[in-house]
Amino acid sequence: MRFLVFLEHHEGQLEKGGLGVLSKAASLGDAEGVVLGAGAAEAAARAGAFGAAKVYACEDEALASPLPQPRIDALASLVEKTGAEAVLFGASVLAADVAAGLAARLEAGLNWDLVDLEVADGELVGKRPALSDTVLVDVGWSDSPRLALVRSGALDPAESGGSAEVETFEATFSEFSTLATLVDQTQEESSGPSIEDADVIVAGGRGLGSPEAFSLLEELAAALGGAVAATRAVVDAGWYPYATQVGQTGKTVAPKLYIACGISGAIQHKVGMQGSGTIVAINKDANAPIFDFCDLGIVGDLHQVVPKLTELVRARG
Amino acid sequence: MKIAVCVKNVPDATVHKKIDPQTKRLDRSGEGALNPTDLNAVEEAIRIREAQGGEVVLVSMGLPKAVDALRKALAMGADRAVLVSDEGAAGSDLVATSRVLAKALERETPDLVLFGQASSDGDGAVLWAAVADRLRRPVLSQVAELTIEGEAAKGKRQTEHGYDTISAPLPAIVAVSDAINEPRYPSLKGIMGAKSKPQETLSLTDLGLEGDAGEPGSRTTVLELGPPPSRGDSVKIEDDGSAAEKILAYVTERRLL
Repeated sequence: MRFLVFLEHHEGQLEKGGLGVLSKAASLGDAEGVVLGAGAAEAAARAGAFGAAKVYACEDEALASPLPQPRIDALASLVEKTGAEAVLFGASVLAADVAAGLAARLEAGLNWDLVDLEVADGELVGKRPALSDTVLVDVGWSDSPRLALVRSGALDPAESGGSAEVETFEATFSEFSTLATLVDQTQEESSGPSIEDADVIVAGGRGLGSPEAFSLLEELAAALGGAVAATRAVVDAGWYPYATQVGQTGKTVAPKLYIACGISGAIQHKVGMQGSGTIVAINKDANAPIFDFCDLGIVGDLHQVVPKLTELVRARG
Repeated sequence: MKIAVCVKNVPDATVHKKIDPQTKRLDRSGEGALNPTDLNAVEEAIRIREAQGGEVVLVSMGLPKAVDALRKALAMGADRAVLVSDEGAAGSDLVATSRVLAKALERETPDLVLFGQASSDGDGAVLWAAVADRLRRPVLSQVAELTIEGEAAKGKRQTEHGYDTISAPLPAIVAVSDAINEPRYPSLKGIMGAKSKPQETLSLTDLGLEGDAGEPGSRTTVLELGPPPSRGDSVKIEDDGSAAEKILAYVTERRLL
């Protein structure tokens, strides 16, 4: 099967989500990539290491802002030109809109929230958790091109060391596609490793009691060489930056170890972290839902347990 | 200002949701409710109408009983409702659903089309972009602050990297985040008045889409249902002062450090 993978780039770097999808596509068939916007050609070259034989790049001015509709135009013409049988996206705020708009444009099937893809008897099959992840559904497509949006963090990038041919292309844009304009953009920065890249995440929720208590988590994360994440509730309350938010309206993460502190485990948080290797939960409330899907649950006061754990990790050296 | 709000009837949060093994579709036989995040879109529409005047029209696709869910939005203050209900639309996927909604919206020619953040039953959070492409109008999604300035909609939204503010001329399609407002509770007067508000039910034939929705109009299929991968056994312990040691032993044993 011939795959085209939509690769997003930010500050010159290809995003991990798209690269994970690219690695998977390369393991299933012939994978090509596409990078759109300023600096696309330079970023595109790096996709070769993740399995792309060829990467298309378009740097048209209409693609300068992170808006979906001009990207739909560019992808529609590229799919027509290349005859890609499947177009894959790693989920993001931007990619979800691009994928759905492209589905309408091409009258193509889109399956979303996939955690894996496989080829069975020559057909592409998507794995999709449903009903709060109580069911795993195998989904398919009745026609080509097949569009798929993969849950962020579900697939890991795998470097294969190859190199890609970069081909630039021109796109034409519909009048309506360029009506929306970006009028302001502010970046949020957080220190330390990003939560997408960290092997260990220490996450905090409302049970911390105060924004100051995040310092306990920061100390533990530093001792473990990990990153600090937060729930929607505490981000909304202004306790911690949005860039660290895990869950439905934040990021999906899958570290080796996830330590949930004072997090009840509401479904909207669960969907963002249940792919973690091992989940340790510390919560005062013995009935918190997080205890239903963690590996090790501690019913106790995080203000006692966390500093002590930090000390033990430090002493271990 | 004419505002259309796309809303969905979903199984009530108290209903144990299951997939019918025969049709491989969600079992929708139980109690229904208005999709929770659609309430934010309805609320935003009513606020805009209160500030600028105009009309709020609900547009939905679903079973005939979806009128109950629509009534709640009418009780909040929406003016009327249009429901596309047709057996031939059952099992519609994204391309089919967006085709139906776009046709229903074209009949209304609204200045602004609002969507909620995601559906609680299908975890869908993409429909607006497909509808916008069919209507050939600009789309803004995940909007946490919306202002209508003259002939343009301006929305601020959170992305993975920070905040973007996007502006688009009307008519525009806007999907709001559930952080945008606190939906009001319907007043007693609103509840009493909802029953007499105009409600129209349309078939696929009315929209000229016979055979273009449901399975024939869809491009995705459900092949198989299975249990999710198990997390394995979990251990739960009360902290007796030694919890930190136990955590360290647990993660060390599993070579996680």
